[in-house]
Amino acid sequence: MGDLAGLTAPYRAVLGSRIRAQRSYRTSFLLDLSSSVLVGLVELAEVWVVFHAVTELGGLDLAAVVLVFGLADLAFSLADLAFGHCDTLPTYLRAGTLDVFYLRPQPLLLQLVTSDISLRRLARAAVGAVALGVGLAVNDVPWSVGSVALVVLSLVSGVATFAAMFVWAAGAQFYLVDGAEATNAFVYGGRYAATQPASVWGRPLVVVFGFFFPMAFTAYLPVVTLLGLPGPDWMPGWLGWCAPLAALWAWALALLTWRAGVRHYQGGGG
Amino acid sequence: MNTIVETDGLGRDFKVRDGVRRRTVVAVERLSLRIEPGEAVGYIGANGAGKSTTIKMLTGILVPTRGTVTTCGLRPVADRRRLAREVGVVFGQRTQLWWDLPVRDSLRLLASIHSLGPAAERTRTDELVDRLELGEFLGTPVRQLSLGQRMRAEVAAALLHSPRLVILDEPTIGLDVLSKQRLREFLVAERRTHGTTLLLTTHDMGDVERLCDRILLVDRGSLVYDGTLAGLSRTVGAERVLVVDLATPTPDLVDVPDTRHLGSEGDGLRQRLAFDPDATTAARVLAALAGRTEIVDLAIEEPDVEEIVRRVYASRR
Repeated sequence: MGDLAGLTAPYRAVLGSRIRAQRSYRTSFLLDLSSSVLVGLVELAEVWVVFHAVTELGGLDLAAVVLVFGLADLAFSLADLAFGHCDTLPTYLRAGTLDVFYLRPQPLLLQLVTSDISLRRLARAAVGAVALGVGLAVNDVPWSVGSVALVVLSLVSGVATFAAMFVWAAGAQFYLVDGAEATNAFVYGGRYAATQPASVWGRPLVVVFGFFFPMAFTAYLPVVTLLGLPGPDWMPGWLGWCAPLAALWAWALALLTWRAGVRHYQGGGG
Repeated sequence: MNTIVETDGLGRDFKVRDGVRRRTVVAVERLSLRIEPGEAVGYIGANGAGKSTTIKMLTGILVPTRGTVTTCGLRPVADRRRLAREVGVVFGQRTQLWWDLPVRDSLRLLASIHSLGPAAERTRTDELVDRLELGEFLGTPVRQLSLGQRMRAEVAAALLHSPRLVILDEPTIGLDVLSKQRLREFLVAERRTHGTTLLLTTHDMGDVERLCDRILLVDRGSLVYDGTLAGLSRTVGAERVLVVDLATPTPDLVDVPDTRHLGSEGDGLRQRLAFDPDATTAARVLAALAGRTEIVDLAIEEPDVEEIVRRVYASRR
């Protein structure tokens, strides 16, 4: 334990100072928090508005879609809280701050991830958590040890999958000068796709967000399995249990991209 | 102790996209050099001569295209994290402090990043605060510091973990005379007490003269001079110019010992005399003048590094 404390001390010190800095500006912090809640609510309202026009979307009713939304949104918000700071890499690249990271005895990626934290993202997570809670309550979930395990497993894997998306995007930034827009399409587009039933996606979306970036595994597929719904044709019933595999795949993709990006930056045999 | 820096045929190319064509730019050609512990080396050359690229290869930020490099006995890229404990770098143009935190907090974070124990942290922080005179602004957020204050804080940040090798990239750029002086005095003292090896790039002749006992001059990515400043001055001439304003119009002062009269203005009210600092001193020239005329004001112009570099480059082409 002592060793772990020693190893994590540098990161905890930096994160602690960032948290203190944010809390010291009370008003702006509170404003940040409330605007984050507002954004979360607007996105939830979108789901509700769609269901004013239809009663069913891709085989899911409103209750099931709220559950998908809650699961995906909570997972994304938690990943955003911990890893969202990877988004600042282009700024760091331009300002030369990354070179400073090279001069410190910690791994680059860990330094990047822990270089800041946006507490306002907790507010987004709260919206997601409420949606998930409501979703679990209003659906007819066959509660058992298995179903609890499925929800927990999906949530943990979902956080890991979205976190991998942030790392993947950061790795890609080394290649794409000012390419944040391009990767955002996948990171934030992925988040949006994840909150929708994958059964309404067109074929290209299924390929991109079903398998390459395994967004369907963060919420839709587990929910279909959890509620015992008839999924799309391409989906066997057990696929909802495969979120951990999807997370592993996403991380493999993320770390490979990150490593290639770092090598590209250093200009070495990458 | 082992050699601090050793490179052999070290080189780095960059591929740049030039419209649609891609071409290769050689930033560092083939650099072979050794720096021993305790040396103070000025690494000079024109902009784009490959100085920053070399520093990045020495510290593991860039992978060399060819050749080998060892810093503090380590391979910079492969052993980057171990090397980080041995090397401190001050970039004149970028910060390693947290802009919204007081200097004190930045130092505390860096102590944690470098895993300094509480005792070592306190001793070293106190030493740096005292020697760099940080006390008066320790509690000030970095963004509110003047440039001179910020540079002193940057130096403290880079040296907090007592690195064996300190690399300074343009450390005095933009500083006023007094701030430059303080910083140089600190670096001299740091080297004397801790045996720290210094490697600095600079455009400031004062830095080179007061800090470095060895000069490496690069041109187009190749080493073209390695030796003392005096030796360099001998090869290209690094005369200083004494400018004196006189009380009364005076005939040209052509026969002052060890000087060369460069010119006069306003009927000899202002005169310019060149002298070689190896042959005489400004004080001796002044003493020689004082017997003959009344001096109202004076200034000493030093050839800047650019001028010396230009002369070396010119002699090579």
